[in-house]
Amino acid sequence: MDRSPHPSRVLIVDYGSGNLFSIERALHSLGAEVEISADPDALRRAPGVILPGVGAFGDGMKNLREKGLLTPLAEYAQSGLPLLGICLGMQLLFTESQEFGRHEGLGLIPGKVVNLRPTDPQGRRVKIPHVGWSQLMCPPSRPHWNDTILMGLPVGEAMYFVHSFIPVPEDSAVVAQMIYGGHLYCAVVERRNMIGCQFHPEKSGPVGLRFLRNFLTRIKPPKEEFTAVNPAAVIRRRE
Amino acid sequence: MSIRIIPRLDIKGPNVVKGVHLEGLRVMGVPELFAAQYYQDGADELIYIDVVASLYGRNSLDEVVRRAAQNIFIPLTVGGGIRTIDDIRRLLRAGADKVAINTAAIKNPKLIQEAARAFGSQCIVLYIEAKKRGPGRYECLTDNGRESTGCDVFEWVRQAVHLGAGEILLTSIDQEGTGKGYDLELTAEVAQRVDVPVIASGGAGAPEHIRDAVLLGKADAVCAASVFHYQLIQTGEASLNPIRFEEGNVEFLKGRLPIAAFTRQRIAPLRIPEIKEYLEKAGIPIRRLNLESMSNSRKME
Repeated sequence: MDRSPHPSRVLIVDYGSGNLFSIERALHSLGAEVEISADPDALRRAPGVILPGVGAFGDGMKNLREKGLLTPLAEYAQSGLPLLGICLGMQLLFTESQEFGRHEGLGLIPGKVVNLRPTDPQGRRVKIPHVGWSQLMCPPSRPHWNDTILMGLPVGEAMYFVHSFIPVPEDSAVVAQMIYGGHLYCAVVERRNMIGCQFHPEKSGPVGLRFLRNFLTRIKPPKEEFTAVNPAAVIRRRE
Repeated sequence: MSIRIIPRLDIKGPNVVKGVHLEGLRVMGVPELFAAQYYQDGADELIYIDVVASLYGRNSLDEVVRRAAQNIFIPLTVGGGIRTIDDIRRLLRAGADKVAINTAAIKNPKLIQEAARAFGSQCIVLYIEAKKRGPGRYECLTDNGRESTGCDVFEWVRQAVHLGAGEILLTSIDQEGTGKGYDLELTAEVAQRVDVPVIASGGAGAPEHIRDAVLLGKADAVCAASVFHYQLIQTGEASLNPIRFEEGNVEFLKGRLPIAAFTRQRIAPLRIPEIKEYLEKAGIPIRRLNLESMSNSRKME
């Protein structure tokens, strides 16, 4: 297993989410170069993008809209370059959410965001939000995690979750599941270049860092590095 | 979901301190060393409480938190001296994931509501310092157990959760630092009254205390300090490091007081993996630390 520092460049989309600095610190610890920006142009240039998020779905969409990021995010997703949504950032990738009314999402992955069930199958009350460590498991459709974002992670590793809502994907995008309050939920989705995790990899210890590292390995070095003989490209990068 | 094991670091100035009933604070060592060891050992979260912040109206935690957040990738809860939304914002920027609020929330319960609106309930931990006042009666104290408020613990937790507190850090002043076990009655009573997670704190002296806090106290997470700190100090790992001697009672660390005198009660020094193994045997779900992934992180650092 390659454990050397990973020199990828990543953009963290800054749309008012509070936890982006802890994601930045985790990426720095892995050797990545991190840019934090709300600039649509930065998004167009980025070789890899992380959409963070903490808080309410409606507020998240409103902030993205106000910063003019909806179209650039959709275009970025179309480009095929790696995109990782964390927690609310994952939920925003979906079609819609039922959090406090109905809100339209980015619509990049078909599915709905719904609330965690307030009772277990025996009818006992379940504490919400779900705060704490839950194990990742393979969904029945997938016997292993080879060739997924979870490659190399042992099944059953726990990650740190803090959430009251959860996406329900329409297609087979689910890569990992977790159990809370006796119910099975989606924990990780992967659809082409788009990845979402409901847990916080930046707060999930060494295993969370391993997950982020897997994401970094998907990021290709920026094109300018191959065409650096072009002086215009060099100047543009300095700016 | 697994039960969280959370070491608590009481901070005074630049040092980790530990008292009994939150009093008679003794310097244990520098926070980074404790935090790094607990992270490696598989702590599920860390809690930092500035124990004199309310008293002096200062908050020296920012720097401590900033240093911890550089290489510790588990949730950090920070408390002590938080008065305003700006205080919270500053600590979150420094690297805290949650803030624990006691004194300021009792003086102004609306702070909880405003903070939960601004940062989300998941971020706001209600910190309770409970003092037993009679059978089934507990009073909230503030300023690290120095001030009484006349405020009933059970009424206050209900109100605070209604206002938006997302978790409760429940410290029993009577048990704190004694190693006699958690106040199970207090813990169970609070856990039964609220829908948010309850962190039992104060009194851990042996693995069975932690087991009881979960099975009988119905705690969702368990906080402990002395058992972990003494273990580190006993193995000499902490005392080898430079201690900032300018503040506090360091007689014990200088070796003038034998550890036996200090831990005269029933505190068995413990490591986190030992506790987790014990709990797992007792049928309590815990987060197992995968050794392979752990060695990865050491190599990456």
